[in-house]
Amino acid sequence: MNKTNPKIMPVMMAPRARATDPIRLKAWHGAALAAFVVLVSIPAFAQADGARDSVFTALARWMPLLLKGFIFNVVISISAMAIGTLAGAALGLGQISLSSWVRKTSWFVTQFFRNAPWLVLLFFAMFLLPFELRIGGIIIPLPDYLKAIIGLSLPVMANVSEIVRGAVVSLPSGQWEAAESLAFTRTQVLWRIILPQCVKRMLPPWMNLYSILTMATVLASIVGVSEVMTLTGQVLAAEGGRTDLLLPIYSTVLLMFFIYCYPIARLTLRLEKKFAVKT
Amino acid sequence: MTWTDDQPMVSVKDVRKSFGALEVLKGVSLDVMKGEVICIIGPSGSGKSTLIRCINALNDIQGGSILVEGQEVNDPDLDKLELRKKVGMVFQQYNLFPHKTALENIMMAPLLVLKDDKAAVEKLARRLIKKVRLEGKEDSYPGELSGGQQQRVAIARSLAMNPDVMLFDEVTAALDPETVNEVLTTIKDLAKDGMTCILVTHEMGFAREVADHIYFTDRGVIVEHGAPDVFFDAAKDPRTVEFLGQIL
Amino acid sequence: MEAIYEWFRLLYDNTGINLPFIYDSYDRGRMISGFFMTVKLSVLCLVLSVIIGMAGAWLQNSPLKWTRRIVNGYIQLFRNTPPLVQLYFFYFAIGTMLPKVTNDWGGQEPILGGFAWAVISLSFFAGAYNVEIFRSGLEAVPDSTVEAAEALGFSRFHIYKDITLPLAIRVALPALNNNLVNLVKTTTLAYAIAVPEMLYEANQIWSDNVNVTEMMVFMLLVYFVLVGVLVWGMNRWERALKIPGFGA
Repeated sequence: MNKTNPKIMPVMMAPRARATDPIRLKAWHGAALAAFVVLVSIPAFAQADGARDSVFTALARWMPLLLKGFIFNVVISISAMAIGTLAGAALGLGQISLSSWVRKTSWFVTQFFRNAPWLVLLFFAMFLLPFELRIGGIIIPLPDYLKAIIGLSLPVMANVSEIVRGAVVSLPSGQWEAAESLAFTRTQVLWRIILPQCVKRMLPPWMNLYSILTMATVLASIVGVSEVMTLTGQVLAAEGGRTDLLLPIYSTVLLMFFIYCYPIARLTLRLEKKFAVKT
Repeated sequence: MTWTDDQPMVSVKDVRKSFGALEVLKGVSLDVMKGEVICIIGPSGSGKSTLIRCINALNDIQGGSILVEGQEVNDPDLDKLELRKKVGMVFQQYNLFPHKTALENIMMAPLLVLKDDKAAVEKLARRLIKKVRLEGKEDSYPGELSGGQQQRVAIARSLAMNPDVMLFDEVTAALDPETVNEVLTTIKDLAKDGMTCILVTHEMGFAREVADHIYFTDRGVIVEHGAPDVFFDAAKDPRTVEFLGQIL
Repeated sequence: MEAIYEWFRLLYDNTGINLPFIYDSYDRGRMISGFFMTVKLSVLCLVLSVIIGMAGAWLQNSPLKWTRRIVNGYIQLFRNTPPLVQLYFFYFAIGTMLPKVTNDWGGQEPILGGFAWAVISLSFFAGAYNVEIFRSGLEAVPDSTVEAAEALGFSRFHIYKDITLPLAIRVALPALNNNLVNLVKTTTLAYAIAVPEMLYEANQIWSDNVNVTEMMVFMLLVYFVLVGVLVWGMNRWERALKIPGFGA
């Protein structure tokens, strides 16, 4: 819905058209850049004495392990995203509830977990969750990685909650009024009219959040989950603290995340542009 | 080469201007004497706005020459700041600085560009506010003013630089009909005071009343020109006749 | 003061809620120094990242293709890799490559310590976002407003300083606000390279006193308040910069 107020100058309303499209980075630009860093660092340290392998061999030897670690990060991110999205959607709907008590509580919970640093929330889950859950007679063990998933899903939940609330609020009120005037119940209006329209608006920020979450999974290394960063430390220790390996190995980890996250970022941007035109 | 009053203040000779492959001005010439008011009319896309933007060096030209007080505008070594002190310009979209009040908008250029004394500039600005009949609006921000009021502030802002010639680029085209007149009255006052003015306009009645000379452009050339009475009552070229027929 | 300390000591004896950072002078000292370390880290990174953002946005408009490419590469690299890995990369990979210096006690130590690397790494991380934020702000300033300033004879410097930048900052403020809040939260990463900021000190305290629950709740509250103060300050700034009648 575009309301134009004639009294307000057109200034600042539309971004000026750029004469030339800015040089947009293609995925391979970044990959090439990161690969360049790795490659350059190899000869720089290749003056290894005969007793040790070259940096390249060492890197190749540990690559499968690092990749396995990285896949674990991806698993953590997907699980935390799933839990966080479900909980966050419920919390977000709570924020637009008609009951002011539910609304205020949901708002507070959302703000609380949104303003807290991810690392603190992760500690929170690590230390305060028991190592096993007893439900009736069943004992469910809670290994560290499960706790980490729960810890990471807390901020995801809060952010999803805000995304849901934001999308619903941003919808013109005419939609609610039109639907209500047709005698739909509130539940019907929400599920049949409002939420389907919101999905498009929510998708880009949701994907952006996933990208942030993926990058936050390395925090689990601080609390001892053996994901890629922990393994990196172990690899470096296993190689006996070779300083020439530091740069190539850390670059490799950076590169892994870049290759995974950059396409997501590009896609998010594309969707944002595509949906922006129609609102 | 020194310029004297009896020579044209603005002299446009055979000016050519293209945007890429599109040629917008295909050899346009006109002269404006000191104190003269000329109006350029014509269908949209005929190059009128481009022409006056070239006079202010906002657009460069590919051929011909533009002299302002004997100084070549199409000269790579031209001191644009010197030129722009002599030539004031008012835009269709007012283009006031939205973060400054009306008074500050008027005072900014004399303070920053001419580096004049602040007290003197403020006195001048208040005088100009009065001249464009906006007393009481000194401290309003552009967003709080109507289109007509903003446009009058824009005129005062240009006048504060004490220019020798004023360019008006379709200054009433974006206004609500009821505020057009207040802006036109301001321009009429200026013309009466002897300011040299070049206007691009769609207001035919106004052009006829205020102009000393009318130029009609179409597709990058001047099709016809003359004194207002002759031009409006006895146009010869079929294109002019057709255009006037649609407008009037 | 002593009475308050005594009260918290009693609280521990009676309820088991142990808050040693209030009644124990040693733990209090650790907590306070951790708090100020976090504040110092945040403020330094805020300032540096904003400078990086402005410089980057300016370089992005460079006519040199490679300058633009490098800036874009920097942005994409820092936005799409985990800040923690960036921190390790700087601290371990680059830090060990730099020459060592002799310290006051005759020992060898790295030229830059954990704190310096945390500031550098986090500033570059947040800076990558700030570049994009400032660029979109600059892009939102219409060409026509810049043109009006040109027509009044403003120099390039004055156009940037008095017109473009003030307007761009207003557009960029909400996004900048968000990013700076994130930055304050991200300073906790410095924990990973043993910079004694608040989370690190809290960890020390809960290791000594086995009062994880109390410390965790306290941490969440302190960050909640810290972020709240920043948001409050930024909102005040936003309101102070608000132009009447501008924007909806």
